[in-house]
Amino acid sequence: MVFLMTSSILPPSAKALHDFPVPSRLKAGGQRYVGADLHLSSNDVAALSKAREGRWQPGLTDQPFHSEIFTGAADASGAGLALALARDALSVEGQQQDTLAEVEDRRQVLWVQDRRAIQRSGRPYTQGLPREMRDRLIHVEAGSPEDALFALEEGLRCRDFACVIGEITGNPRALDFTASRRLSLAAEKHGTALWLVRLEAEADLSSARMRWRVEAAPSASPRWNAAAPGAPVWKAELFRARRHAPGKWILSDDKGCLCANDPLRAAQPAKFSSPDIGHLVRPTVGRSLAAVARA
Amino acid sequence: MAIWCARLSVDRWRLSLGRESDGSESQRGASGLETQPTVLIAETAHGPRIEAANDAAREAGARPGMMLADARTLCPQIQTAPADPAGDLAFLEKLAVWAQRWGPWSALDRPDGLLVDVTGAAHLFGGETRLLTDVEANFAKRSLAMRAAIAPTAGAAWALAHYGPAKAILGTQEDAMRRLSDLPVAALRLDGDVLTVLRRLGLKKLGDLSDITQGAASRSEAAARDALHRRFRNRKSPSANPLIRLDQLLGRVPEPLLPVVQQRLPLVQRRLMEPLRHRSLLDRVLSDLAEDMARELEGRGEGARRLELGLWRVDGEVIVRRLELAAATREPAHITRLFADKLENIEAGFGIETIRLRASWAEPLHSAQCDIEESAQRRGTSLSACIDRLTVRLGPNAVRRPVPHASHLPERSQRWRGPLEPDGLEHEPASQGALELYAKPLKLLDEPERIAVLYASPDGYPQRFRWRGNVHEVTRVEGPERIAPEWWRAKSTARLRDYYRIEDAQGRRYWIYRCGIAGDGRGGTPDWFLQGLLA
Repeated sequence: MVFLMTSSILPPSAKALHDFPVPSRLKAGGQRYVGADLHLSSNDVAALSKAREGRWQPGLTDQPFHSEIFTGAADASGAGLALALARDALSVEGQQQDTLAEVEDRRQVLWVQDRRAIQRSGRPYTQGLPREMRDRLIHVEAGSPEDALFALEEGLRCRDFACVIGEITGNPRALDFTASRRLSLAAEKHGTALWLVRLEAEADLSSARMRWRVEAAPSASPRWNAAAPGAPVWKAELFRARRHAPGKWILSDDKGCLCANDPLRAAQPAKFSSPDIGHLVRPTVGRSLAAVARA
Repeated sequence: MAIWCARLSVDRWRLSLGRESDGSESQRGASGLETQPTVLIAETAHGPRIEAANDAAREAGARPGMMLADARTLCPQIQTAPADPAGDLAFLEKLAVWAQRWGPWSALDRPDGLLVDVTGAAHLFGGETRLLTDVEANFAKRSLAMRAAIAPTAGAAWALAHYGPAKAILGTQEDAMRRLSDLPVAALRLDGDVLTVLRRLGLKKLGDLSDITQGAASRSEAAARDALHRRFRNRKSPSANPLIRLDQLLGRVPEPLLPVVQQRLPLVQRRLMEPLRHRSLLDRVLSDLAEDMARELEGRGEGARRLELGLWRVDGEVIVRRLELAAATREPAHITRLFADKLENIEAGFGIETIRLRASWAEPLHSAQCDIEESAQRRGTSLSACIDRLTVRLGPNAVRRPVPHASHLPERSQRWRGPLEPDGLEHEPASQGALELYAKPLKLLDEPERIAVLYASPDGYPQRFRWRGNVHEVTRVEGPERIAPEWWRAKSTARLRDYYRIEDAQGRRYWIYRCGIAGDGRGGTPDWFLQGLLA
């Protein structure tokens, strides 16, 4: 709310408005433009509101560096969504790089868990990880939330990590606003993204740029075995973000790419998640015995 | 040249006595102790056994290998002292380095001998005889009893030192067999049971053995030679095969030796004029030491893998802090930073007067563009530096990496290794190919948790179960995926597992299994467990 009120004294460029959201810059600019006679044109306001109200969707280029995902400890949907978002961000990053850059991203992924998170929801299992991450994982078992925060910050400062995934249970005293601000600053300074999964936690004060709340959702039936569980599906709610309007999505991780469906549309029968591999069987038209028998 | 310190452990014990009483008035008492019959004993399962005995004890009848109780019956006033085989070995290693004054390299001959290579070095001492005299004089200065001999092969020199005449020299031109034929077969460095076999065969001297193996004058001798060859055909170890030992002694087959090489560890230290009592000063000295160490290591082209910091307090207490690094490094800032975490709980007491930093494990590290702390601030730390920091704070087993392992059981199919270690699968992959039939869970519980089945469907899997106090209604099932127990390592009562992927009414996906099937004869009704959480 603060942002929208003070934005009226900024120069009438919707683009500049769009990328001002760092609070420190706001103060410096605000001082300078107080006396100037400025008002936004309707076009600027429209562009600004469009930019700010833009709905989140997978594959956006301006990925935040610090996100939080709130979930229960009784399933792995938090870790699954964190991995899916991380892979989405990494693939976007890979597309943006020029062709001279390294062809394949071989940097390690740091996964930090505190001890209660390991007890409640288990350790990562190699064979269940995405194929390209199986030999790139470094796992840290931290005894206490303080140690986990230390490991997260050290991981963010390291230039050899592709991204950092953390899992912390509950609302420990160590993880207050100051600690989350430290993490945000370290992540943004060194350009390493952090996905922090908060198991069974209240959404208290935090400086995370995007905050999700996620739970598992019934999956779509696979094409070849309708009674089996399908590809992972999550009911995700983005309840706080700097650049996007809050919203709800049905997210699914289909063969390594993150897909978002509107929950309203998802109420209709979902499409089959297995790939359509063409006509294996010739459609029975007219001349088949079945058609004859039926006739 | 072979040197045999016949009484190494007794000499060491005597010297240690002398050092303790050195300068005190009990010199006479110590010498009195030496003349008393004394044995060095080692504790065994059957009571104390004599490892070595001094001259007086030998006269009294004590022999190495005897039980102490037996020796006490022969000589009730016998004194005992504990034997120290590890100390003897360390002393022998130092002796081997010291013996390199007579030749370019030396090797240990456990438990109490040395072998020095003096090829082409004897003329520096004025010939081989004077070389041996020099050796004897130097050992006499250290008051160690020894016998030395020079021969073209290590085996011949050993035989002459142990069983030959004093100060024996075997020239390269001489016929070795003729000189050595009178020595007993024990001069071949054989095991005890082989010696027993040879004694029973009537082969007592080296000459007997060489006659049989070489010249076959008659048919019966040829038969004896063949029998001897057959007898020792399967003995591959030289110490169990007298024929190989004989060939080694005569130089017909090579005998590789492992030389002792002295390594100087990089070590820097500061002696302080004023004892330190405050942490800030200690940090200052530590950073100075780290810079010295970095210079030292850079000169040698090495990087430290393990560092030991010793702090000597005024009251004689020594505090040691040890640091292991994930990769070889010689960055002073990095070393200082890692040690800073380890210096939190140091009791300075009355002050610290000497600080010493030692790299007890160093690896070659070539010069490279330095990654200094400024660049770490700007561009982030490197992977190895980050792992070092994590390991120092969280402990060595907290930072690990999963690697696949050759097993079908889910909890055994991955192992944890250090983050920068190779995964050990270079020669043999863990499996021929991953089975992708079923999606595997993203996370695995450390221990499978038992679930209470409230209602099972006729097909056999639970329709409703309780886990951690919550009731789950199963809506979708895929399975079973049957994983048999590993019969080559598990007990015969281990039960197979039928894994099911299930999804409950809220869409939570789990990996559960039934341990065993009803009527498999390995226990009662099978139990259900929940092992993994799917994404």
